[in-house]
Amino acid sequence: MRARPLAGMFAGVIAAAARMVSGVQVRWVDSEPDPRQAVYFANHSSHLDFVVLWSSLPAEVRAVTRPVAAQDYWNRGLRRAIAVNVFRAVLVARHVGKGEALDASGDPRLAIEHMLEAMGDNQSLILFPEGTRGTGEEVAAFKSGLYYLCRHRPGSRLIPAYLHNLNRILPKGEFLPVPFISKLTFGPAMALAAGEDKRAFLSRARDAVCRLKDLG
Amino acid sequence: MKNLDPQLVWALSGVLGLLAISTLIGLGLKIGVKKTEAQATIRNLNARIGAWWVMSVIFGLTLVIGQIGSLVLFGIMSLLALREYVTLLPTRRADHRTLFWSFFIFTPLQYFLIGIHWYGMFAILIPVYAFLFVPTRLAIAGDTESFLDRASTIQWGLMVCVYCLSYTPALLMLNIPGYGRSAKLMLYLVVVDQLSDVLQYVWGKLLGRHKIAPVVSPNKTWEGFIGGVLTATLIGTALWWMTPFRPWVAALVSLTITLMGFAGGLTMSAIKRDRGVKDYGTMIKGHGGILDRMDSMCFAAPIFFHIVRYFYVK
Repeated sequence: MRARPLAGMFAGVIAAAARMVSGVQVRWVDSEPDPRQAVYFANHSSHLDFVVLWSSLPAEVRAVTRPVAAQDYWNRGLRRAIAVNVFRAVLVARHVGKGEALDASGDPRLAIEHMLEAMGDNQSLILFPEGTRGTGEEVAAFKSGLYYLCRHRPGSRLIPAYLHNLNRILPKGEFLPVPFISKLTFGPAMALAAGEDKRAFLSRARDAVCRLKDLG
Repeated sequence: MKNLDPQLVWALSGVLGLLAISTLIGLGLKIGVKKTEAQATIRNLNARIGAWWVMSVIFGLTLVIGQIGSLVLFGIMSLLALREYVTLLPTRRADHRTLFWSFFIFTPLQYFLIGIHWYGMFAILIPVYAFLFVPTRLAIAGDTESFLDRASTIQWGLMVCVYCLSYTPALLMLNIPGYGRSAKLMLYLVVVDQLSDVLQYVWGKLLGRHKIAPVVSPNKTWEGFIGGVLTATLIGTALWWMTPFRPWVAALVSLTITLMGFAGGLTMSAIKRDRGVKDYGTMIKGHGGILDRMDSMCFAAPIFFHIVRYFYVK
């Protein structure tokens, strides 16, 4: 249940506006919208990605789905107000690769803990396992967050999704959007298999996203 | 609300009457025809008729509101058409700012110029200023890969989706002696052009055998083309009373509209076939995208405008 009806109404308006601006055409392939707990994961090429993905879920699914967004971008002023109040975003510090300096809040274990806490027992998450926005041409290798999340929550339903053309609407480094018609394809649910190792799982998850890209 | 021109009311009532008859025929076919292979076509026909109701009501309302209504409607249609167009074509990262200019500076400006009746600038904004601006902005962006392809793709999109389409509401700029500035002229163009599309489709479905351009547009047949052009021209002639034309001029003008509309449909289909898609979009149920519906208008409107302006505006 949403505690603030006003924020809920505003969320509906934002979702409708996002669908209109992005002209998004949503397709579910061997899969259907379901309000049960899940982790939606997709390719990442634009700041608009989570807004569009979240807006494309039916209202009852949207009400229990929270995007995971980078603290360094979304934790400021108006952005933060929108991210936290409207999208109920889970703001986490980005996972930084081995050997790179970690600031106090950049501990990946802390980010996982935040996500698990946010999931509770009925909330779904939207996750971009590439960690950072790409150019939209290639899907980069997945960071390990998705794997550790599943280790802590075995049996989580993972729903792959591919976002087309968001990199053309608002590419990395631009602040004004250009309207293109975008497409969002959801694929069939998958899960971490018993005893599956990290590398194999992450590459299988990435393949699930890439397969949706090739469906066009 | 100001007093409406009774002829405009007549013409709009005629459109609604035609839709009512089409709806009844569609219903009759749905109930009467049991053949399964025909049912997909009938379902599509009924979806199209449903969409026609929505489009006609929106267009009718904007006509009644006046110039601002038509400018907003066609301005939005230009933006949506341009969006369908650029989505289909390859663009590169370096095109972003140029595209932003095309959507949010040139398109609104073009319709604004119509609003203030500045014909001289309306006529050259895109073919002169935007034409030179687009490649310059792309050169500044610094990516030379397929430079000319990218520049001409954007120029062409602006010309067809914005410049050509804007000629429809631009008809409201024309002050014709003894006729004035009238929404009837715009309604006349839209009715003849769109009826020509519809009638070509209907004749094609009923009698179509010989394909005109099987590679470009597999659904276009000689039977559909000739039947559609003749019947739409006939209707355009019969509607001479709502135009500044004498009946025989109305016949020639309608014939021109239908032929240009056909050229538009064919040309825009060639782009779709090149890009390997059936439709430009999915916005209008049964029809495809905005550009699938407006392709004939994009070609008919500028020619119609200039014929009227050359012969009737002193």
